[in-house]
Amino acid sequence: MLDAYFLQQLINGLTIGSAYALIAIGYTMVYGIIGMINFAHGEIYMIGAYTALIAITGLAALGVAFLPIVLLVALICAVIVSSSAGWAVERIAYRPVRGRHRLIPLISAIGMSIFLQNYVHLAQGSRNMGFPLLIEGGFRFGAEGDFQTSISYIQITIFITTLICMAGLSWFIAKSRTGRACRAVSQDLGMSSLLGIDTNRIIAATFVIGAALAAVAGLLLGMYYGSIDPLFGFIAGLKAFTAAVLGGIGSIPGAMLGGLILGVSESMTSGYLSGEYKDVVSFGLLILILLFKPTGLLGKPEVEKI
Amino acid sequence: MLVIEDVHTHYGKIEALHGVSVEVKKGEIVSLIGANGAGKTTLLMTVCGDPQASSGRVILEGRDITRRPTAEIMRSGISIVPEGRRVFPGLTVAENLHMGGFFNTKSEIRKSQQHVYELFPRLKERENQRAGTMSGGEQQMLAIGRALMSKPTLIILDEPSLGLAPLIIKQIFEIIAKLRDDGITVFLVEQNAHQALKLADRGYVLETGRIRLQDTGANLLANPDIQNAYLGG
Repeated sequence: MLDAYFLQQLINGLTIGSAYALIAIGYTMVYGIIGMINFAHGEIYMIGAYTALIAITGLAALGVAFLPIVLLVALICAVIVSSSAGWAVERIAYRPVRGRHRLIPLISAIGMSIFLQNYVHLAQGSRNMGFPLLIEGGFRFGAEGDFQTSISYIQITIFITTLICMAGLSWFIAKSRTGRACRAVSQDLGMSSLLGIDTNRIIAATFVIGAALAAVAGLLLGMYYGSIDPLFGFIAGLKAFTAAVLGGIGSIPGAMLGGLILGVSESMTSGYLSGEYKDVVSFGLLILILLFKPTGLLGKPEVEKI
Repeated sequence: MLVIEDVHTHYGKIEALHGVSVEVKKGEIVSLIGANGAGKTTLLMTVCGDPQASSGRVILEGRDITRRPTAEIMRSGISIVPEGRRVFPGLTVAENLHMGGFFNTKSEIRKSQQHVYELFPRLKERENQRAGTMSGGEQQMLAIGRALMSKPTLIILDEPSLGLAPLIIKQIFEIIAKLRDDGITVFLVEQNAHQALKLADRGYVLETGRIRLQDTGANLLANPDIQNAYLGG
């Protein structure tokens, strides 16, 4: 039944799902290359949102009101700060313990996550802060009096920005020299260093790319939700991680698909059942998919041809 | 060109090489033969710095590389065709070759790629195919081609004939001879002792982590002990 209400849920779901996908890419790329989950990734996203908010507030204080400039500056600041944080996480929590038991980097990454969360608590306070919408208004369609489907400009912005980021990333991975090296390192790290490639730099690059995309998501979802707090990254990180696993962890198209599926299933549940059930449905979906396809929707089983 | 001096290599507490010395001179083909578990691959990998020697020295063109990181060693004119080929299965043939020439300019890459395609016309046909979908022989050609992309002065080959059909093996050994004629020094490890010694200027026999014999390839082939132990009588 394709009525206005359904369409509305679909639009909401695709919006939030595309943002999940942006965050999920960070999980999936890091997993693809070192086979580990970056547990501080949610915090990287949260830091991106805070940095964007600080930049927006700063620009307002300076009297800069031209919207494209404000958005661009906020975006650049968020990307720079989050990327640095992503780089630092790799440098501090992963690189020194690489090659040890898998639990060790896991624990050090959780430590990084706790540290970053509490640092923001201290520096920014633990109350939630209002995030200006900046992009107001939208389209409405449907007859007066009936349920009207609306698409806000911010939703369109989120969707288009995500599309641009995905297209850019896909090009980068498929065509660029560093992207090719990323794929090579993820397929055979040892062989890559036997070709003279500095694998540490490639690994750091994947953390930085994932962090940059998370920062974009931080700015977009900050505006969309209208408020942020230091725990902002926790739930989003969990959702994005679910999206990455759902789509097949290690697969970039999988992360994109997983994000969209998760977003749509959440908004459909909220719209037709109740908001309380949306996490039940999304995690239930995850369990179902993993039961029938343990590698996720687009994940490949690890086979080696000898 | 390459001097390995009294090298000891450990895996954890287990010593795999007990003081191995090997020299590969410029323009030579040197073959290292030995049974399974003798430490052949360990010796080659020690040259590449993965694992590093716990004592002794590895000297490449007069420079001590014993303690250098793998990536740095592999950027100094040396290439490896590793055991099991290890092509990147999800990358196309052309992409695999590009990875081999990672540090060269685009025009150098184009030239080396052309050269590899002349050596292995089959690779040209499969240019856009994923390496993981190719046959073992084709993958071996790709692994050799990839190693040539960086224009090495020394190429190390670890069991290039393993698991391949006799016809392909013949072709691979012809290519190895051709590499030497092109001025590339070759350090070859093989279980296929007959072929490897026939081709080699000099050979070494490695037994449980020690060099037991060294001589010219022809003399080793004629040696009755070697015939009994490695050439099936």
